[in-house]
This record gives sequence, structure tokens and C-alpha cells, in this order.
Amino acid sequence: MTSSAPALSLRAPSARARHVLIARYAPLATMVALIVAIWYVATVAMNWTLVRDGFEREETPYTLSDVLAGTMDAERPLLPAPHQLAAAVTDSVFGYPPLAPRSLVYHAIITLQATLLGFVIGSLFGVALALMIVHSRVLERSLLPWIICSQMVPVLALAPIFIVMLGALGLHGLLPKSIISAYLCFFPVTIGMVKGFTSPDPLQIELMRTWSATPRQMLWKLRWPAAVPYLFASLKVAISISLVGAIVAELPTGAEAGIGARLLAGSYYGQTIQIWSALIVAAALASGLIAITALVEAGVLRRMGAH
Amino acid sequence: MDPRRLRLGFLLAAAAMALAFLLPPAPGALPLSARPYVWEMGTAACLLCLLAAWRADLGAAIIGLPASVAAAAASLLVLEDPMVAGSAGPGFWLIAIASWLSAGLCVATLARLRQLRRKAQRAIDLLVPLLFGATVFYLWEVGVRGFGVPPVLLPAPSAAASRFASSLPTLGADFVQTFVRGVLIGYAIGCSAGLLVAILAHRYQFLGRGLLPLGNFFAALPLVGIAPIMVMWFGFDWPSKAAVVVLVTFFPMLVNAIAGLSAAGDVERDLMRSYGASHRQSLAKLHLPAALPFIFNALKINATLALIGAIVAEFFGTPTQGIGFRISTEAGRMAIDMVWAEIALAALAGMAFYGLVALAERATTFWHPSYRT
Amino acid sequence: MATEPAVRRLVVDAQDISLTFETADGKVEALSNVSLQVSPGEFLSFIGPSGCGKTTMLRVIADLQQPTSGTLLVNGMSAENARLARSYGYVFQAPALFPWRTIEKNLKLPLEVMGYSEAEQRQRAEHYLALVNLKGFERKFPWQLSGGMQQRVSIARALSFDPALLLMDEPFGALDEIVRDHLNEQLLQLWKSTGKTVLFVTHSIPEAVFLSSRIVVMSPRPGRIIDVIDCDFPADRSLEIRETPEFLKVAQRVRNGLRAGHSYDE
Repeated sequence: MTSSAPALSLRAPSARARHVLIARYAPLATMVALIVAIWYVATVAMNWTLVRDGFEREETPYTLSDVLAGTMDAERPLLPAPHQLAAAVTDSVFGYPPLAPRSLVYHAIITLQATLLGFVIGSLFGVALALMIVHSRVLERSLLPWIICSQMVPVLALAPIFIVMLGALGLHGLLPKSIISAYLCFFPVTIGMVKGFTSPDPLQIELMRTWSATPRQMLWKLRWPAAVPYLFASLKVAISISLVGAIVAELPTGAEAGIGARLLAGSYYGQTIQIWSALIVAAALASGLIAITALVEAGVLRRMGAH
Repeated sequence: MDPRRLRLGFLLAAAAMALAFLLPPAPGALPLSARPYVWEMGTAACLLCLLAAWRADLGAAIIGLPASVAAAAASLLVLEDPMVAGSAGPGFWLIAIASWLSAGLCVATLARLRQLRRKAQRAIDLLVPLLFGATVFYLWEVGVRGFGVPPVLLPAPSAAASRFASSLPTLGADFVQTFVRGVLIGYAIGCSAGLLVAILAHRYQFLGRGLLPLGNFFAALPLVGIAPIMVMWFGFDWPSKAAVVVLVTFFPMLVNAIAGLSAAGDVERDLMRSYGASHRQSLAKLHLPAALPFIFNALKINATLALIGAIVAEFFGTPTQGIGFRISTEAGRMAIDMVWAEIALAALAGMAFYGLVALAERATTFWHPSYRT
Repeated sequence: MATEPAVRRLVVDAQDISLTFETADGKVEALSNVSLQVSPGEFLSFIGPSGCGKTTMLRVIADLQQPTSGTLLVNGMSAENARLARSYGYVFQAPALFPWRTIEKNLKLPLEVMGYSEAEQRQRAEHYLALVNLKGFERKFPWQLSGGMQQRVSIARALSFDPALLLMDEPFGALDEIVRDHLNEQLLQLWKSTGKTVLFVTHSIPEAVFLSSRIVVMSPRPGRIIDVIDCDFPADRSLEIRETPEFLKVAQRVRNGLRAGHSYDE
């Protein structure tokens, strides 16, 4: 009856919500903070001899704090300090125009192009193959075991040979990388989708049979909706493997652009920070791509009635 | 399979074979009838196909197999002729088609069989993919040799196999470097570390809640990229590759083991509580056995990831041997058959490793519902 | 008259037990001022509709859940100490057998936890398995047994360490009626031969009336005791007594209690 009653009920849930928020993210935040702290300690420990020897070689007088400061600011550290990395990444991403060869954004775009193209081709092919396998008993018994076997084979190791083969055919640049990425991601998509298309309860299939449903109706009304969770699970695997494939594909021919190329160049010239920055951008790309897939998944599932 | 289609198929195969007798296998080459052994095998294949066409039932499929083998042998013998290899004409391709068609019909018929006896069913389950694979290898072989595909582009399986057989010492050294040193050691350390941390996370809930999202995050990253950093820390040789494998296998094991350790049902937990069991007793008697299916899932995933990790890490630099090293250097040298031999080695190693883990899984988690259906 | 034996200690002495918990829709009173006293050797059934707190009460006695207020003594100790002293065996609705252990190993599970010697474990497992008429199934795995047999193993397991108190939470709920009748008879035999105190939760009126020496009728919202009924059917009763007028009278009284406490329009 009093006017304070609605105010009370408004305040109570938000206090509880805040408490839940803290409870959920506190462990993660603590872990991250702990990792950063350990990282700093490791930086000092690992770079110590490097920096101290540097001072001794130059025969300049130094104090303990000089060495300490030096470990976090070395040019070619064994382990860069977190703030060093943050500065380097910010510099490479925002410090240059996006299409300049020194900008990591440029390299990321190159790798991303191959990743996305390969992902789209591979996933479409994988879904198509899964559809064929589900509708043909012959294919299921003869082809599917080979596809399952291929999961055990280090397919990624085939990347160099594909590059050479395709190079001999006259294909360079984006296309061979995409083909490798596509080849890598069609396996998990095929297997995941075969599981998904065959996941409906036999009872549901029999129900549709009592309605004389045609195979096409069964596909669109039962198998596809049942396969959606499996689709997104395998798409997430496919996109991360597609990215790895694009990066590895840049290694063998000494490509000049792309994240893999940056990694290789950094390792040849001993540029530690360059390697780490490229890795961080690769990690950001991977998480970004997976996050986008997860968002799409959440949206689709919500429209299909999940909560 | 529809007997009419089966009959039609075998008739076509017989017709193709018969036609192959009429046309020369390559422009200017001897016809089939003039080649010893070949014409006998060709005739046998043709007759068997006719017999199969007449029967048009399961027996036809069984007959189709030797027909296919005879035609395949005939075609391979013909390929020995330098006039045919590289410039094969329609006469030759007809033999190949006859062989492929009869093998395909055999596969298709067997695949549709549904035997009631478990052993017979399992034999068929094994035979069908093997036959299918054999046809693919056969087509690859005759395709490469018949069309004269440059070996740089795609070597014939026989070339790769002979290269494999003749390079066993090199392959052996590569295997030891990559697999025994890099993969096995890294796999053992990575998986045990992942399991130990998961056990700790199970004990201390706070740790678990913080580590799980981090574990999921890192498991999805292209961790093989860390290889150059590992080289910087551990040198060029196998320890840096093992370090990459440790990282690559740690996170999937962590995530799966955490999920597995919390998989025990509420009822079972209450049961242990009613016995006044200590945490260590619950862990040993309930949570660890219940987590085994999850742990083995991670062990299987990690078997492949470890091998990939070690090989790709070698792409970034390795002194003198290793599967990845050999693949990248021989690819650069255009010695493609050696590359395929190494790939065959990696494939065999991968399948054997995975198979061993799967066997161990079956022995220890035989009780899981997924094995009982 | 000979002197009465000294009053034996109560197995369960609960005074004003209340258990309230928060949900998204507000407070729920699972138990509200429940008081109960159980003497040794009784067979006590809790009966009531869903949400009346019968399972909660059993779990509170077992220290699997803690009450928000009230006092509870189990065998003269706090519930927690009683649990740590392994004073009771609990039989759940599901058999809860570990699928990776053989039947024999499943029976040995509590004995391993409680530190019995190997020889003792083997002897007890054999004895209690025979007691539930499952001799010969030692090497089988749980999934090779039917639901009724698994539940019998679960009961044998609960008895294997000789607790004074047996807590059973709808142990036969998932079984079909024929198996259920059979197991009711077997349970009665077991109770007679071992003389244990049994607290039994059920929602089947015939089962409660057939098995018990005392029936506690509960009702929900809030969970409380509506009626306590004493039954003294002859000790060597068989299933036929379910048709006798005395049986039906007690069953009617239980049914009235259930109706009084629970309106189906809620």
C-alpha cells in the first residue's frame, strides 16, 4: 500500500543480481590476476641473466633495480612482460594504417580471408556430404569409416604438400590456403552433422512415418531442427581449425603476409615480441570468430524455443 | 539392391570388358588379345561379369569381386607397357571402368546387407570400407599412371609405397624423433598435468570455477603458434616440440576431466556422504571412475592433437630429422613421393596411437552405456 | 510382574524440526515443526503426497540436509556424528550401484570406506547377498540385473555394515507391482530376522499399511505431520491380509488423513 513497497522490490532483485554477478566472475578474475602476477615474476626470473649479461658486456655500472627495470623492458626478451606485450600489440594494431605491411591488422586480414573462405567452402561441403551419407546406406557403410579414420590422421601435416601440389598447378596465394582450410574443416563438420541428422529419437521418425512423410519432409521438419545444436558445435570446431590451417599454410612457402608469415619471420630473426604479438592477435581472432559463432547460435536457438 | 539394376550394371561391365578387346589400349599399342596373361584375365573378367549378370542376387556380388580383381590385374599388367603408360586410350580405360564397376556393385550390394549373426555383420562392416578404399587406391594408381600425371603433382600409390619400403631407416629415425620423443613424452606430461590440475579444481571449487572458462578459451586457440617461442626457450631439438605437445594436450584434458569429475550423480554423492567417506575416498571410489569416459575422450582427442602439434612444430624449425622436418624439406625439394611416404608414416602412427587409446578405453570403461547398445 | 527393562534409548528424537528454503518465488516451508520419536525395532512409514516433506525429513535424519531450526538426536548423537559413526544405512529410490563394480564389489563399497579387513568384507558380502536371495550373482555387473534385483543389492549393501537404523526412500517406487509385492514380503522377512529400526518413505497406502508398525501421515505446504497411526498386525503376516477388514480400516484412516491435509484444488 505504501509507495515505498515498489521501491523495495526494485532494489532487492538488483542487489541479489549484483551478488550473483560477483560470485560468477570473482573466481575467473582472481585466476586472471594470479596468472598476470605469476607472469611478471616469470618475466623477471627468465630475463634476469639476459639483462645482467647485457650490462656486463657494456661494462656500465648497474644496480639491482636497473636489472629489474631492464627485465621488463628488454628488446629481445625471453618472456616479454605483460605491459610490454600490451604496448606492442596496441602499437601494431592501432599504430599503423590498417593496410600497411607493418600493421598486424593487415596480416590478420590476409589470414582471415583464407580462414573464412575455407570455412565456408569446407562447411558447405561437409553438410552436403553428411546429407548424402545419411540418405545413402552404401555411402554410410563405405565412406563414413574412412572419414572417421581421417580424424586420427594428422591432416594438418599435409599442408605443405598441398601448397606444393597446388603451386605446381599454378595456384598461389589465397586459393591454396583456403583449400587447405576447407579440407581441414570439412571432416569435423561432416561427422558432427551425420551425428546430428541421425540424432532424432527413433520414436519421432516412426511418428513421421505414420503420417507418410516423404524423405524430404522428414529432412526439413525433423532432421534439420534436430541437427542444429550439432551444426553449431562442429562449426565452432571448424572455424578454429580453419584458422590454424590458414596459419600453418603460410609456413612452408615462406609467405610474406599473414599471421603465420609473421610468426615465421619473427622466429627467423629472433624478434620475440613480434612473435608474441602475432600470437595474441591470432588468439584474439580465434576467440572473436568463436564468439560470433556462439552469438549466432544463441540467436538461432532462441528463435527455435530454447531458453 | 534392385536385381534389374544389378543385372544392368554387370552387363555394362561385361560389355566394357568385351569392347576393350576390340580397341587398342593406347594409340599404336598391341591389342589385348596379343598380350599374354592379359587376355586370359580379361576373358575371365568378362565371363564372370556375365555370370553375375545372369544371377543378379547376392551371389552375383560375390562373383563380381574376382571379376573386378581380374580386370584390375589385367589393367595393371597393361600399364607396364611403356607405350600405354602416360597416354592411355579408351581401350585401356574400358578395362578400368569394368573393374571399378564390378567392384562398386559388389560394395553396394554388401553395404545393403543386414546380417543377423554378429560375426558376419562385423565381417561385412570391415569388408565394405576396405573394398571401397581399395577401389579408390586402384583408381588413383591407374589414373596417375594412365594419364601420365607428373610425379611432382601426384605420385602413384605404388611409387609412394616403394619409396616407403626403401627409406625405412630414414622413416624410422624420423618416427623416433617426432613420435617417441616429441609426441609420447609431451602427451604423457600434458595429459597427467591436465588431470592433476582438474583434481585440484574439483577439490577447491573456487579454483575450478576460475580455471574452466580459461581452459575452454585456451583449448580453442591456435596453440601450435607457440612453437617458435618454445624453440627460443628449449632449443631446436625435440624438447621444444614436446613442450608444444604439452601445451596442446593440457587444455582439452583439463576441460574434459573437470567435466568428468563433476559427472557423478547426486544420488551417488549422497551415498558416499552417508558412509561418512572422506574427500579422498570419494575421489578414488566415485569421482575418478565416473570420470573415466570423459578422461578417455580427452585422451583420444589428444592423441591426434599431439601428433599434429609435434609435426607442425617441426615446420618452424628442427635440426636434422623428424616427420615435419622431412615433409617440409622434401616438399621444398619436390621429392613428393618421399613426402607421401612420410604422410603414410604419420597416418599409420596416428591411427595406431588412436587405436591403442581406444582399446584401453574399451578395457576400462566397458561398463558405460555407450558400449552396451 | 517382572520389572520393566530399562527404557531403551530412542533411535530418533526429533523436536520441532523446521526446514525453510528460499526459491525464486519466495520462501518454501518444507518442514514445519515436525516432532517425532522412534523406538528401536519399529518399522515406521512416512506417507504423503509430493512436497509433504517426507523425503526431506528422512534426509535431515541422515544429515544429508540440515534443518533451519529444531533439535535432532539420532542414537543419542547429533545427526552429523551419527553419520560419521555410520549409524544408518540409506536406500535411495534408484539402486545407485556403481556400474564399474561387480555386484560383490558394490556390496563391499561401504565396507572399504569404513576400513573393514579384506576377509571381513568378503564374509559380509557373501552373507548379505544370500540374505536377499542373490547368491551366485557376485561376478555380474549391475546392468546385467533387473531393476528389482538391483534394488535388492542396494538393500543388502545398506545392511552390510550392520547399522542400527535403515532409512529407505521409496525404494520400490520404480518397480512394477508384481515385483513390488514380492519385495515387500522379502523386506518384512528381513525386518523380522534382523530386528532393525526401519524408516520407510512411500506414497503407496497398501505398502505402508502392510509393512509398518507405525504410520506417519504428512501433508504439504507447510510440511507437517497430520496423523500418526499404530498398526499391530500379526508378525507373520502375508499379502493376503490386504483384503481383511482391519487392514482396510487402517488404510481408510490413512486416506482420510491424506485428504484432510491436501486439497487437490491447490
